[in-house]
Amino acid sequence: MKPEYKVIAAMIEKKTSVLDVGCDDGTLMEFLKKNKEVNIRGIEISKDKVQICISKGLTVIEGNAEVDLKQFPKDSFDYVILGQTLQAFVNPEIVIKELLRVGKKAIVTIPNFGHWKVRFDLLTHGTMPVTKTLPNNWYNTPNIHMCTIKDFVKFSKIVNFKISKSLALKDKKVSNINVSNLFFKNLFAELGIFQIEK
Amino acid sequence: MNNRENIKLLIVKKPLKLDCGLTINDYPLAYETYGSLNEKKDNAILVCHALTGDQFVTGLNPVTNKDGWWSYAVGPDKSINTNKYFVICANVIGGCMGSFGPSHENPETKKIYGTDFPVITINDIVNAQVNLLDHFGIKKLFSVVGGSMGGMQVLQFVSNFPDKTKTAVPIACTSSHSAQNIALNELGRQAITADHNWSNGEYSSKKIIPNKGLAVARMAAHITYLSKKGLQEKFGRKLQERDDLKFGFDADFQIESYLRYQGSVFVDRFDANSYLYITRAMDYFDLVKQYNGNLSDAFKDTKAKFFVISFTSDWLYPTQENKDIVIALNAIGADVGFVEIESDKGHDSFLLDVPDFLKALKNFLDKSYSE
Repeated sequence: MKPEYKVIAAMIEKKTSVLDVGCDDGTLMEFLKKNKEVNIRGIEISKDKVQICISKGLTVIEGNAEVDLKQFPKDSFDYVILGQTLQAFVNPEIVIKELLRVGKKAIVTIPNFGHWKVRFDLLTHGTMPVTKTLPNNWYNTPNIHMCTIKDFVKFSKIVNFKISKSLALKDKKVSNINVSNLFFKNLFAELGIFQIEK
Repeated sequence: MNNRENIKLLIVKKPLKLDCGLTINDYPLAYETYGSLNEKKDNAILVCHALTGDQFVTGLNPVTNKDGWWSYAVGPDKSINTNKYFVICANVIGGCMGSFGPSHENPETKKIYGTDFPVITINDIVNAQVNLLDHFGIKKLFSVVGGSMGGMQVLQFVSNFPDKTKTAVPIACTSSHSAQNIALNELGRQAITADHNWSNGEYSSKKIIPNKGLAVARMAAHITYLSKKGLQEKFGRKLQERDDLKFGFDADFQIESYLRYQGSVFVDRFDANSYLYITRAMDYFDLVKQYNGNLSDAFKDTKAKFFVISFTSDWLYPTQENKDIVIALNAIGADVGFVEIESDKGHDSFLLDVPDFLKALKNFLDKSYSE
């Protein structure tokens, strides 16, 4: 199980409704169902992953968040989760807006492109960084819109949404991100975990 | 057709008001069951058959002596596991495997109904079938499952009886028959009625059948059940038992021979008038219109858990039409899962050995049952 799953679960109140966008093999869904007794649904683009979810008894829709979130009315869920996939969308702005339309709150995690190893990699090698969290090459990566934690914070002001919680994950350790430590978190965190609202 | 004594019949006493306005009562509903109903009566699955299906879902069909139409999916330890579930399937009214249909005798005229049979709808079919639940003392089904026209019945069933099933699995279907669907059905009907033998539907009194017309209808329909890729891979331009073209109109190509065969075996087992009536029922199916343009309203009273399945190469009931059902369900926060199965086998995929489909169906049912 990915280390951020517990962090995400801690953000979610019991017995609420949750949509996991890009739910993968349903690991997080199962975890939330068991520990938070939530009414949980998933959307997943990969047929194989959908099959795995079905075999776990999870309610999942095969689909693409960029087009298939449209079908959900406003405020359909208490929380909508988007784990490490914002950077893979053609239009992250539309996706964020859709998340906040469909969910009362959204939880978004982003692999931090501002991490010092990433910066160092590009600085010393002069080639696009390949790291543990970003294992693909530039030509075959699904991540077409990489951003840093700082970028995401700036993005919230441009797109006009509220970040109600922001956490940094580094070596499985969680810490708060605030205005004064943003520079360092942006340099050392592997993952940013944000709870956002309209 | 023989061995008709193997058909189980329920004579439905309760009057049924048909959509056309007529009321029928004391009509026969032919059905078959597989597996056994448990003490709690919570393991029943109603399987709804497609256009040319019947109640003999699996095992040997005692009337045709062929395998049941859904033998891949239904049986001991299969997707719809008859060791675990009690499977019920009724022949649709309007059909020709024992249920009240156009080949029955009209008690008033002592003649075969033929085209005097009332035009029935998917709604009528479902309203007739629900009597089987009462017959077996089942308050709530575990699931209602069906593909193609069977899927339409699933949707209609849940909409008519929102509390009578725990889960619903509409497969490769639509909530509203499209212009293309209607056009293809009309082609089949025209082929039948253009056959001189059809005799305005009174062929059976003359002891003849419109075999040519019915065969053409089946051939045309059969093409729509397959995909271009599937046909190309299976037949390509292969020739039928010959080394070269014969410069005539015999079946030079294997695909021609195959279709002719499909047509010829169909006329032995299916009634031409039933074909007219059942295709009409499909064409009239428009759940969207029934709910004044809002499909979601069809499901607003149900707590049933849905699982919608479509196939990539199905151009008769394409994925988008199946997704429209999902969208309508999501719009009201219903519990709905959806998967599009990769398959080259066209619309027929749900009837064939498509492992991803069979696996998904099994997993959905077994997991939902244990919940």
